[in-house]
Amino acid sequence: MKNKTTAGTWIGFVLILVWCLLPVVWIISLSFKGPGETGAGSPQFLPSDPTLQNYRDILGIGSVTSGQEATAGDFIAALRNSFFISLIATFLAVIFATLAAYAIARLEFRGKRLVLTMALAIAMFPVVSLVGPLFDMWRTIGLFNTWPGLIIPYMTFTLPLAIWTLSAFFREIPWEMEQAAQVDGATSWQAFRKVIVPLAAPGVFTAAILTFFFAWNEFVLAISLTSTTGSRTVPAQLSFFVGPDPFNPPYGTLAAASVVVTVPIIVIVLLFQRKIVAGLTSGAVKG
Amino acid sequence: MTATQAPPRERSERRAAAIDSDRSKAENRLGQRLVAPAVVLMLLVTAYPMLQALYLSMFRYRLTAPDDREFIWFSNYSTVLTDGLFWQDTWNTVLIMVVTVAVELVIGFAFAMVMHRVIFARGVIRTSILIPYGIITVVSAFAWQFAFSLNNGFVNSWVPFIDDNFNWFGDHWPAMFAIMVSEIWKTTPFMALLLLAGLSQVSEDMLEAAKVDGATWWQRLWKVILPNMRAAIMVAVLFRALDAYRIFDNIFVMTKGAQDTESVSFLTYRQSIEQVQLGLGSALSVLLFLSVLLLAFGIVKLFRVDLAQARGEG
Repeated sequence: MKNKTTAGTWIGFVLILVWCLLPVVWIISLSFKGPGETGAGSPQFLPSDPTLQNYRDILGIGSVTSGQEATAGDFIAALRNSFFISLIATFLAVIFATLAAYAIARLEFRGKRLVLTMALAIAMFPVVSLVGPLFDMWRTIGLFNTWPGLIIPYMTFTLPLAIWTLSAFFREIPWEMEQAAQVDGATSWQAFRKVIVPLAAPGVFTAAILTFFFAWNEFVLAISLTSTTGSRTVPAQLSFFVGPDPFNPPYGTLAAASVVVTVPIIVIVLLFQRKIVAGLTSGAVKG
Repeated sequence: MTATQAPPRERSERRAAAIDSDRSKAENRLGQRLVAPAVVLMLLVTAYPMLQALYLSMFRYRLTAPDDREFIWFSNYSTVLTDGLFWQDTWNTVLIMVVTVAVELVIGFAFAMVMHRVIFARGVIRTSILIPYGIITVVSAFAWQFAFSLNNGFVNSWVPFIDDNFNWFGDHWPAMFAIMVSEIWKTTPFMALLLLAGLSQVSEDMLEAAKVDGATWWQRLWKVILPNMRAAIMVAVLFRALDAYRIFDNIFVMTKGAQDTESVSFLTYRQSIEQVQLGLGSALSVLLFLSVLLLAFGIVKLFRVDLAQARGEG
């Protein structure tokens, strides 16, 4: 009986790994295939003749395949846009959300439930509904195809998740410790910095990771509210890599670009998996 | 004695009450000030454009012909609601939502059970389950599109009974299947993690008691585990269903709506941005918004989900 359950768990464990990682391994394998292999009729999983050419094309290092000269420049511009837009949106959203979550967790005020309900409503909001009106408004006020034009909506749509996650975290903080430190002779600043900040930091950090994931991933607004590589982010840029022949997209280049933009996600997940899981579940279910 | 003592006490009580209400007033003010930036931003970026969409939806307004802008009441709505394409897209969207959420619920629950039991390599399993969650949806769509591709995908050669020359994107149902696979792969981890959190709240004692009373594994699952996870399941279903109803990225990358695989979101995007039909697009936006609202209301009413209660929000 005991052995049977262990075996079942083992099988489940392997199945989960295969299910989660197979497409990732597949895209990595594809990124090392040359154009001869990604062309017609070579469906083997692993590359038979691995090449770094796709990475050279995408990053503009060394000799670039002819016809792909513009790819690297566009991709790197998109990476830069994605990186800064996501980072700025995360930073600002977390500040706004920290203020709001502190108030929700610690203070009694009128309209608290309303704020939480509104956050929930926005978390479920169909983003596409806003694409038309935002497109129109942004063009009128000159935010179309600019960084702030994406940062502002990204902040808005990540605020709900950040507020819910943070207020759940803040409710668990033993705030009496602040007074206890003051009784022991700490100034209020010391009490805040040495007691409250270390307790609150993990929650704030977790909210920041989840916010960053959202902004890094966002696609609908990115294709609708940008028109050039001046502000187009990576997900949008990827969908524009069609290459010269629309019936034969540059599989290898796309795969290499996909791997490059997935690396930051994998690094963040490897470093902070415990925090991410705690944040994800605390935002939705009482943990 | 009592007569002389009573008035001061009353006064001090009154003073205390005054201080108290002063303090609560200050707390009220501070609280409102702290949430104000977030609330203002959320209203400006969602409520205001939504009202704008409501207004624009009553115009015949195409960006390429701004001079022809004309107030036409609800004509855009009747155009949309009498168009077969809108209903086809709504059907696709509902189908994708129902199938993906149902499949994810089953796979996600199986994952949660395994993760709950695993006592080794928890970090490995957590990391691998978070990779699909964190990966860009567009990347997931490309990975699956290439996997199902006729030219260089592995699916045709790996899956038995599938002809090597089978074109997954050449027909409606196979294309829908490929889209759903990508959607399910990408979002199952979220479901699994929410269900795992619910699973860890089921009391071990209760399970032990059921076991002692002779309940089979199946009975324990249906009579003990699932009823006790109800809140977590409902929250997961609500979030995922509304998310699935907005499906866009996978369709955009994998089929661009070919073979009648368009979703309502994709139709709205096409009208608003590609065709710059802001009037008609706005009508679609409003309808999409209303259908999401209706869906949320329906799920909450149907399953009596109390989100505040699920989160311990007083």
